[in-house]
Amino acid sequence: MECTAESVAEAMRAVAAVVVEHRDELLRLDREIGDGDHGENMARGFTALVSKLDGHAPASPGGVLRLVATTLISTVGGAAGPLYGTAFLRAATSVGDVASMDGTVVAKALRAALEGVVARGKAEVGDKTMVDALTPAVAAAESVAASGGGVAEVLSAAADAAELGADSTVPLVARKGRASYLGERSAGHLDPGARSTSLLLRTFAGRAR
Amino acid sequence: MKKIINDPATVVVDALRGMALAHADLLEIHYDPAVVVRADAPVSRKVALISGGGSGHEPLHGGFVGRGMLDAACPGAVFTSPTPDQVAAAVTRTDGGAGALLVVKNYTGDVLNFETAAELAAADGVDVRTVVIDDDVAVKDSLFTAGRRGVGGTVLLEKIVGAAAERGVDLDGCEALARRVVAQVRSMGLALTACTVPHAGEPSFTLADDEMELGIGIHGEPGRQRVKVGTAEELVPALLDPILEDLPFGDGDRVLLFTNGMGGTPLIELYLAHGIAERLLAERGITVERRLVGPFITSMEMQGMSLTLLKLDDEMVELWDAPVHTPALRWGV
Repeated sequence: MECTAESVAEAMRAVAAVVVEHRDELLRLDREIGDGDHGENMARGFTALVSKLDGHAPASPGGVLRLVATTLISTVGGAAGPLYGTAFLRAATSVGDVASMDGTVVAKALRAALEGVVARGKAEVGDKTMVDALTPAVAAAESVAASGGGVAEVLSAAADAAELGADSTVPLVARKGRASYLGERSAGHLDPGARSTSLLLRTFAGRAR
Repeated sequence: MKKIINDPATVVVDALRGMALAHADLLEIHYDPAVVVRADAPVSRKVALISGGGSGHEPLHGGFVGRGMLDAACPGAVFTSPTPDQVAAAVTRTDGGAGALLVVKNYTGDVLNFETAAELAAADGVDVRTVVIDDDVAVKDSLFTAGRRGVGGTVLLEKIVGAAAERGVDLDGCEALARRVVAQVRSMGLALTACTVPHAGEPSFTLADDEMELGIGIHGEPGRQRVKVGTAEELVPALLDPILEDLPFGDGDRVLLFTNGMGGTPLIELYLAHGIAERLLAERGITVERRLVGPFITSMEMQGMSLTLLKLDDEMVELWDAPVHTPALRWGV
């Protein structure tokens, strides 16, 4: 399938709808171990993104990803703003100015996104953060891309792995972010950032089909 | 949830509009992006002292903008750090040619957004330095967490470094002074009730009538331990002892004692607690030379308090006493 600027923009609109739909769930997850703003912040950022896409949709997939990055950085705040912003910015840079993405380009963009998040947030697998969802997602995407998978297969594998990765955060004791202040009390809760990462990838996968 | 608001999504902007009217002589407030700036900014050749963080901690930080304290404050959404655009706009509006010092409370979101902003401002050629304040002794095992949080010490740092900047101390000097305050200030807090963030609509946690959270931050998050509430004679040492056990305090020290209310605790209780804290410090041979009592760094309507202790030297005492003219702190003018 073709993965053009238009289809990336459509996927982002779908993400915005999903984030708004899951706003309360993300709020609740964050209230349990953080300060209860993740759903609100993500909804604010992606709602702003939809307005920007309505006004001016970039002509390349990389351009759309860059618009996502700058919008999230300037509207989300919290830790999610710079982390997701950096993820999309690095993905945009990795994609460059190609007119259409294939499975390999998508896997590379996911790898760049993960590296950006790790560089900004300095979290590792096991810290109970979005990195716990994104890391296995990237590995799965790369594996499928290496065996010739298209965009839909790559994203579908990434989404499956991200869901498992997010679930794996439940028993963990947080070592990064505000949840880390709870110490042992952070165990037994799904990390909201890992959950939103998994939601984003599942939505991308759904749109690529 | 009962609050005097219209729409949870516009709480911060609606509040800023009222603040602008209430303090038109001191502040100029911009909305896109949101920045609270002292009315006479930029002040030529003066280091710009800038801070910010989530809203919901009033009067921090906007209430401390004015002569002798902050040049600008960046209010984020409730309990959410500001965005890099806000911080970058604050730098642009206050840069008087002597550089800017960003005062950042050690919370992941704040650090990430200010870090990004500092990169943006540096790219514009402004000399920007960042000082991260991490005074909360409740956070142990800092290797396994995001590090100690920045809490009550922020107010004292903003006053002292603000006075230095007002006197014309250069960026190197202001940065060094800020780091010295960070090294010598420690805090600890407790919550008797949770607060309700407007966009969440329900309390951030629930406590039984006889329970409290010990070792809280300022975001309505639970503390390190849930324990039984005692009398003030038991509560005050529960805050003071961990502070005193943490360096740098000892017999013979001169300190500033800051007894802070979290928003829902009345002054009668704060004064009561303050009196106990002063007595306990005197018993340890520590002289309280300056004090501040009241709700200055709050968590919405949370009931609770924090104690902050700053080890003083002569320069800090002089800077603390220097004139300040802001909505929330005013003396010597």
